[in-house]
Amino acid sequence: MPVTQTAVALSMHGIRRTFRVADDEVVALDGVDLTVGSDEILALVGPSGSGKTTLCSIAGGLLAPTSGSVVVGGQDISDYTSRQLTDFRRNAVGFVFQTVNLVPFLTARENLLVVDEIGPRTGARGRARADQLLEELGLADRAKNMPAQLSGGQRQRVAIGRALMNEPSLVLFDEPTSALDTELGDQVVHLIREEMKSRGKAAIIVTHDDRITHYADRIVRIVDGRITHEGASAPPDR
Amino acid sequence: MKLALRELQRRPGRFVVATVILTLIALLLMFLGGLLDGLVASSTGALRAQTGQFIVYSSTSRNALVRSRIEPATHAQVAAVAGPGNTGGLGSVQLGSRIPGHGPRDLVPIVLFGYELAPRGLPHMPPGPDEVYADTTLKAQNVSVGTVIELGPARSRVRVIGFVSDSQYLGQATLWGSLATWRGVLTENRPGERVADGVVQAIIVRHDAAHATTPAGIDAATGGATTTLTTDQAINALPGVAQQQSVFDQIIGVTVVIAIVVVALFFALITIERTALYGVLKALGASSTTLFWGVLLQALIVTLIASAIGIVASLILAAIIPPGSIPFIATPLRLATSVAYLVIAAVIGCAFSLRRVLKVDPAAAIGGGQ
Repeated sequence: MPVTQTAVALSMHGIRRTFRVADDEVVALDGVDLTVGSDEILALVGPSGSGKTTLCSIAGGLLAPTSGSVVVGGQDISDYTSRQLTDFRRNAVGFVFQTVNLVPFLTARENLLVVDEIGPRTGARGRARADQLLEELGLADRAKNMPAQLSGGQRQRVAIGRALMNEPSLVLFDEPTSALDTELGDQVVHLIREEMKSRGKAAIIVTHDDRITHYADRIVRIVDGRITHEGASAPPDR
Repeated sequence: MKLALRELQRRPGRFVVATVILTLIALLLMFLGGLLDGLVASSTGALRAQTGQFIVYSSTSRNALVRSRIEPATHAQVAAVAGPGNTGGLGSVQLGSRIPGHGPRDLVPIVLFGYELAPRGLPHMPPGPDEVYADTTLKAQNVSVGTVIELGPARSRVRVIGFVSDSQYLGQATLWGSLATWRGVLTENRPGERVADGVVQAIIVRHDAAHATTPAGIDAATGGATTTLTTDQAINALPGVAQQQSVFDQIIGVTVVIAIVVVALFFALITIERTALYGVLKALGASSTTLFWGVLLQALIVTLIASAIGIVASLILAAIIPPGSIPFIATPLRLATSVAYLVIAAVIGCAFSLRRVLKVDPAAAIGGGQ
């Protein structure tokens, strides 16, 4: 399905990814083409083992494709070395992990500042950005709390703030609601959509939960390493 | 780096075990080192106190003061090479001594030295007949200025007129008098070993710019009648010193290896525990180098804390040990060396975690490894 926006956050062509398991070659992705617009929210849906996480990992520079091209925010990362991919992830991509994975001994604010400390070390500018994000995410009064002192939804918001610290071209959400109940999961995905749309950020949400698809602009289904369906999604009535 | 520091601040309990073990290792290292230094000092003080750079023995003595005899003619040959005022005879005799206040059978082993060239801490002119300076360790034996000590079976009497520090010899306290006093006591107590006037056991030689004195030059001038050693060589030739050093160095070496193993094991375990966290941090863009520096920083801080506790404990130990009991001294050099060994052990121990850090797959953070 053609993307109507003129700017493209992600462009993947002919992506193939194989893994060697003992003497066998396992094909995780087989000739995948995918494009995501600069402020588009895409839901990547498929059963376990379908290749959606592998596709997300390649888009985020965590894995290199066996063949094919990957362009993220104008950067062609297809042939990047491991070191170059590390730099790329630090500067151009944000991740929100399935189990949130906040650093347990850092406060909410410090969890955001980790991105600045492992990256450009802008000092005051980084601190100001962290404070701004916390304010926008409704966590200004929780800045000094440890993750254990935050609710599940608050931790998820801290994770979103961390993903946005480096002003990425693309934010990748890996099963953001898998550990949450229905109501909280709904709130989180609503929050994701609001934050991404308000900032004009592109996002890929990897999920096997069909309920989430209401919040995406487009749904892509992947089965056995191939895209089987692409379609627009109507936003929920809110 | 900040991440590593914050973990230390916020989760100190994680590092308590390693800190305690490393503190015990630091204490052991510093105690062994201090004991070695104390034993060596108590054996070598008399030679280290010499202000000359060379010690001349007779060539038949096998570098042992007790077996050495140097005749006046040989002494003159050495003096001709070294220049006027740069040589002095040295003699010694080891005897049991009776000190006032001790029982009749409670003999204190003492070495009486007769000198010409004043060692460190002694006056230029040797004391008068039957007068001596005593090593400070004898204060623990209730010796004070004016105390009359009876030496040997002949109970030769010598009077203490002052003290000198760090002048022990082969683990025994020393008395320092003139060559005449030494010859007199030797004749009274060891008549079979008595020496004629002018005969000494060794010659202390000072090197000055005007005379290019070398051991080879001295021995050549005496026609091979002497063996000349530097002070360090003479110290190493003392019976037991080199062996003591070797044994303790081996024990210290094993202790350092244990420190490496402790650090390696502890931080390898911590790294395994942190695999998921490292995966997330790498996914966020942290390099393996950054993560490894964090591990190293934590290891160094834990090691330095352990070292600081070890240093304080060593200094307290050195202060409270009664003089003359355990030969333990805590020198700045030894303490610094021990800290350096521990720091090196920490760095090497951490290196075992480097491979593990390198192998952490950031894709695992998102479950994208397969």
